[in-house]
Amino acid sequence: MSKFGSSSNKKEVPQASSNSLSDIVFMLLFFFMVTTQMRETENKVKVVMPEASEVAKLERKDLSANINIGSPTLQYQAKFGTDARIQLNDSFKTVADIRDFIAAERDAMSEAERSLMTVNLRVDQDVRMGIVSDVKQELRRCSALKIMYAARKPAKD
Amino acid sequence: MARRTFNAIGSTADIAFLLLCYFLMTTTMGDQSGLQRRLPPIPDEKTAQDQKVNRRNIIIVRINSADKLFAGSEAMDISLLKDKIKEFLTNPTNDPNLPEKEEKEIEGKTYKVSKGVISLQNDRGTSYQAYIAVQNELVKAVNELRDEFSRANFGKKFSRLSEEEQDIVKKAVPQNISEAEPKDTGKKK
Repeated sequence: MSKFGSSSNKKEVPQASSNSLSDIVFMLLFFFMVTTQMRETENKVKVVMPEASEVAKLERKDLSANINIGSPTLQYQAKFGTDARIQLNDSFKTVADIRDFIAAERDAMSEAERSLMTVNLRVDQDVRMGIVSDVKQELRRCSALKIMYAARKPAKD
Repeated sequence: MARRTFNAIGSTADIAFLLLCYFLMTTTMGDQSGLQRRLPPIPDEKTAQDQKVNRRNIIIVRINSADKLFAGSEAMDISLLKDKIKEFLTNPTNDPNLPEKEEKEIEGKTYKVSKGVISLQNDRGTSYQAYIAVQNELVKAVNELRDEFSRANFGKKFSRLSEEEQDIVKKAVPQNISEAEPKDTGKKK
């Protein structure tokens, strides 16, 4: 009784709003946790993907290996120049290193899922096809035949 | 006592905010979409000679180092490529210069399946953007043919069919795009 009496006398502004605040923030948090993925590697090459209207989503993200091709970002240009380079994991590599990279990616997967591995080629739109062809030939030699040309959907107008 | 519990709830909100900020900084939105392809395996030494594909069954789409497009033998704008490919794959007038069709039995029904193969060739100097634009047109042509086929046979769009029906359509309208061995079609720099 005394509790009721005291609160009605003082006419305080109710503080209950902060209760729902944490719920809202948690909901936001869960939203971001579900829709995003960890950024595993730092991008060392600039990749602006070309547009394509017929893109399909990659079904199993965990079964993909990323190969980035593009010109190095500003901070690496002094060292590596502006020619298109290949980035595997966290460092600049050459075509010859792709074999080891694919082998390592295969090892990380379970035996049953190895045949489902997709190599995701994230290539900048200004890159010339020469380097892409070299990469494709090397992938064929490693028999990593499922590939995907990463592209983005054009903005609807 | 009441005041204390309010404080505890307030701090959960702060903690949740911190977590939220952490996830915002360390994660990226999933943008993994693209054009999926299967590369041909490296041919063995023994079976090195190409299996002969009838000349009428193949269309060569070539992009040169200046990003100019050639389909068959003529230069072409990219906006016309889709219709050319569709005409090539369907061969509506049974032209002897366009690919032959083969009666194939799929799941108890016979369909006429085109034997056409699109061979995509590029130069080392072709820009990736042009290459993907052409790939996209080729996929679009096949997708539209699949849509037409599903409408005619199942009365629905391809994307609305069940998985088994989609498999039938995929077999009846195959996506035969071959990415040829790299060749230097233009002059070397």
